[in-house]
Amino acid sequence: MLPFGVYKAEELVKKRDHFFPKNVEFIRAEIDKIVPESNHVFLTDGRVLEYDQLVIATGTSPRPDQTPGMDDPATWRKSVFDFFTLDGSVALRDALATRQGGRLVIHITEMPIKCPVAPLEFAFLADAFFEDRKIRDKVEIVYVTPLEGAFTKPVSSKHLGSMLEERKIRLEPDFVIEHIDPETKTLVSMDEREVPFDLLVTIPLNMGEDFIARSGMGNELNYVPVDKETFLSIKYPNVFALGDASDIPASKAGSVAHFAIELFTENFVDYIEGRSMKHRFDGHANCFIESGHGKGLLIDFNYTTEPLTGKFPIPFIGPLPLLKESRLNHMGKLAFRWIYWNMLIKGRRIPISTLMSMAGKRQTTSK
Amino acid sequence: MPVIEIAGKQINVNEEGFLTKYDEWDEEIAKVLAKQIEVEMTDAHWNIIKFLREDFKKEGETATSRRVQTVGGVPVKEQFVLFPKKPAKKMAYIAGLPKPKGCV
Ligand SMILES: Cc1cc2nc3c(=O)[nH]c(=O)nc-3n(C[C@H](O)[C@H](O)[C@H](O)COP(=O)(O)OP(=O)(O)OC[C@H]3O[C@@H](n4cnc5c(N)ncnc54)[C@H](O)[C@@H]3O)c2cc1C
Repeated sequence: MLPFGVYKAEELVKKRDHFFPKNVEFIRAEIDKIVPESNHVFLTDGRVLEYDQLVIATGTSPRPDQTPGMDDPATWRKSVFDFFTLDGSVALRDALATRQGGRLVIHITEMPIKCPVAPLEFAFLADAFFEDRKIRDKVEIVYVTPLEGAFTKPVSSKHLGSMLEERKIRLEPDFVIEHIDPETKTLVSMDEREVPFDLLVTIPLNMGEDFIARSGMGNELNYVPVDKETFLSIKYPNVFALGDASDIPASKAGSVAHFAIELFTENFVDYIEGRSMKHRFDGHANCFIESGHGKGLLIDFNYTTEPLTGKFPIPFIGPLPLLKESRLNHMGKLAFRWIYWNMLIKGRRIPISTLMSMAGKRQTTSK
Repeated sequence: MPVIEIAGKQINVNEEGFLTKYDEWDEEIAKVLAKQIEVEMTDAHWNIIKFLREDFKKEGETATSRRVQTVGGVPVKEQFVLFPKKPAKKMAYIAGLPKPKGCV
């Protein structure tokens, strides 16, 4: 919501130090390399840490350098923007504030990306933003994706696709980008389709950190291959990878990391004591999607179950309708900021179950 | 899940027609599947299909287009020439494997 002037940058950034428990030593340094064969982590400042058990949680980052023409200095953050970084969001906010019309293209380079609903949410909010400013009819919005439809899962893809249609946002599916031509301001696909833009909001290729590749521990996108139910490395018996850094086939989302870590902590204790790990992660993800004009929707899914309709219980706020626009869901997202900083990040439990529950939900099929 | 007859054999598929049992696949079936989606199989096509089959056996996942490029050595651009419009999906379909992660 920062690009649309709802939040200020200062409201979204906090110091990390005081979130750590007292008996945890927090070292602020950059990792240069891991040598898993000898259990060492090399830091760029020359220090070397030895470990018995290693948990990698270094996330994923947008990499505009991986698509030819994307970070060309002539256009990068002038007419081509990302919003997955704070700098990118702030630059985009300034560009949107002065926009009077033209062709806005919202683009996803390749899946997986973190927070896979974010670009859709951006499209809905952009539509509402220009409508509020009474220039929606002067702005053409195009949504370009490598997927076959609006989203990854068929049921929600259909639902979210019709939400794009209602808002007159054109969908350009199956678009695998080859390069961006900064001179003509055009996206060019592998099969030579072209999409011109005045303002491009792109989600660059997301990749795990380069040190993971340097350490020989990653797949082709630098994600650490792990067992999708326990997060234990496939290759190293004393290495785990959590959150966006792993290759599990779940959304790269804060909610997934949160649900995963709840069962991981108990599993981890069992594992180092030589007992078998009791809990199995099911890929549970839960995302709010802002849809503009003070409304939002909520989706809930896992490895095997598609996003469901029905109700989802949230403390203090009550049951929220799933996969359906409502003002309550928007309030839920706003309230979530408070829940996040005051409860989740400090490890306090909220009464949302870690494994997905079917209570209150209706299962629809994709047909 | 439906069971259909391909090349005289009973084959398990999902709603979209993707094979669901790794071992039910063979080259005869691949030829029929390719024909259904109007892909003319050449050596270049077979190379990719064989890579996908081998890679799935090792990894338990269908390789993405990116993986076919970096590990299998066939640039994404060429995949689009061989399997027009939806290479990832078409390659998996012919190879008798699930759709790759990126598009599930
Ligand atoms: C714009 C945006 C909106 C989002 N909205 C949502 C949402 O609404 N709901 C949701 O569920 N998720 C959302 N997400 C996704 C969510 O933020 C991530 O999935 C989550 O932060 C992943 O947590 P993580 O701990 O795995 O990785 P991160 O939070 O990325 O943390 C990785 C950490 O590793 C550190 N690190 C990386 N490399 C090194 C190195 N070499 N040396 C030392 N440290 C290193 C980084 O500095 C960072 O602190 C959103 C993401 C973005 C960008």
